[in-house]
Amino acid sequence: MQNDWLYIGLFLVVGALVPAMALMTSWIVAPKKPNPIKQSTYECGMETVGENWVQFKAQYYIFALVFLVFDVETVFLFPWAVSLGQLSLFAVVEGIVFILILIAGLIYAWRKGMLEWV
Amino acid sequence: MNFWTNPVNFVAQWLLGLLTGWGMPGWLASLLIQFIGVVVLVSMMMLIDIFLVWIERKVVARFQDRLGPNRVGPFGMIQPFADIIKLLIKEDITPDGADKLIYNLAPVLSLMSVLLLWAIVPLAPVIFGVDLNVGVLYIIAAGAIGTLSIILAAWASNNKFALVGAFRQVAVLVSFEVPMLATMLIPTVLAGSMGMNEIVQSQNVWYIVLAPLAGLIFMVAAIAELGRAPFDLNEAESEIVAGYHIEYTGMKFGLFYAGELLHAFTFGGFWAVLFLGGYRFFGLENLGPIVAAVILMAKALFGYWLIMWVRYTVMRIRIDHMLAFNWKFLTPLAFVLLMLTALMNALLRGTSSGVYILGMLLTNVILGWVIIEILRGLSRRERERIEGVATVKNFPSPHPLSQGERGKG
Repeated sequence: MQNDWLYIGLFLVVGALVPAMALMTSWIVAPKKPNPIKQSTYECGMETVGENWVQFKAQYYIFALVFLVFDVETVFLFPWAVSLGQLSLFAVVEGIVFILILIAGLIYAWRKGMLEWV
Repeated sequence: MNFWTNPVNFVAQWLLGLLTGWGMPGWLASLLIQFIGVVVLVSMMMLIDIFLVWIERKVVARFQDRLGPNRVGPFGMIQPFADIIKLLIKEDITPDGADKLIYNLAPVLSLMSVLLLWAIVPLAPVIFGVDLNVGVLYIIAAGAIGTLSIILAAWASNNKFALVGAFRQVAVLVSFEVPMLATMLIPTVLAGSMGMNEIVQSQNVWYIVLAPLAGLIFMVAAIAELGRAPFDLNEAESEIVAGYHIEYTGMKFGLFYAGELLHAFTFGGFWAVLFLGGYRFFGLENLGPIVAAVILMAKALFGYWLIMWVRYTVMRIRIDHMLAFNWKFLTPLAFVLLMLTALMNALLRGTSSGVYILGMLLTNVILGWVIIEILRGLSRRERERIEGVATVKNFPSPHPLSQGERGKG
């Protein structure tokens, strides 16, 4: 078991090293002739106006909240799904009730008009 | 044990004997062998990645009635190597005000996240990186690093277009992850395990037969997660030029490109593992692990080809339509499907396999039919509403513009 995660750790290192090596090669062989025009921010030929790291209104933040609920709850569903073969019908129905409560939350958000683009 | 029945273990045992024979301590030798295994797997994926460039370009050319690359080498197969050399010797431009460290880290992360996914794909019964017992969760966890790299790239490159692209990517992530998780639960329910190898082993009948709707939803959610058309809003050319990789040149762009292609191929592979029986093909996999690996690769290519087919056929959809499609259609459908599958799995337990397969298939077919009927009713109501408005307003002509021109002449 620990060996498995050691393998994943090795994969992490090698997987990062291979692309990094490609970048390194490019850094060695590619020409370097920077100038201010070349390095300016690309905006279809226009001069940038103001700050680039702008404050942005994420219109879908309600979706993100609904997502958070679903994402956490589905993690609870994985152990249930794995052991489903050994569970009695009652436990299966209990899991289904759990999902129904989740869906009730989604329907509530829907009825409240939270799933509309504002 | 010989090379044909278990090549990886055979070579590993031979190396272990060789290294310990040289007086290397046992733990160091096994660590070194694991390291060599990782390097071989990663290099293999990189090699496949290079050919994916050629495959993608050839297939898109066919979809658009062109020939595609056909000059460099036989059928243009050397073309990707020429591309790589070109990308390597391109000047690397870092924009003013970019966050240097994150700017350089993002392309590396983008490719790394995809390579990480191959650690758990079972190529054959005995050829796999690791057989994690939480494989399905690992896909979600490692796959999310790709989205993180997109956000980092956009934020670090100090560009408004890139920032908008990243915001859109977040919208895709927070919505399509939910149906994807729910449909990944269905193979887990059917196999009773989260391990990839066990899921493949239990597919005496491919899960695409037992759960066709789940396979479909998983494919759609995967395409959205990949950011491919019709969900490629994060790099919509006509709106935000190139999205998150707008400021990247040379090899850094190349890494993003390679990562995207390999990601699509990887999800083709996961689709094959979860729904198409992985390396199994009517007993052909018993010939040997190498044959099994070839079968899995062929199935992954088929999944990849489906993704390409959708990409070059369907038009890009608007972001609010995309979110509505996910939250009002895919998510409820995926959860209803999960509940029905769990219930039917419990009810049909103990029956003969023929009844079980038929029951599962019928559940899916009936649910699909009900969904289509509901959609048909909704679209009819919508059409009547629009037509009603049109008759009330009573437009003088279906083409006001052409009438205006006629009036002028």
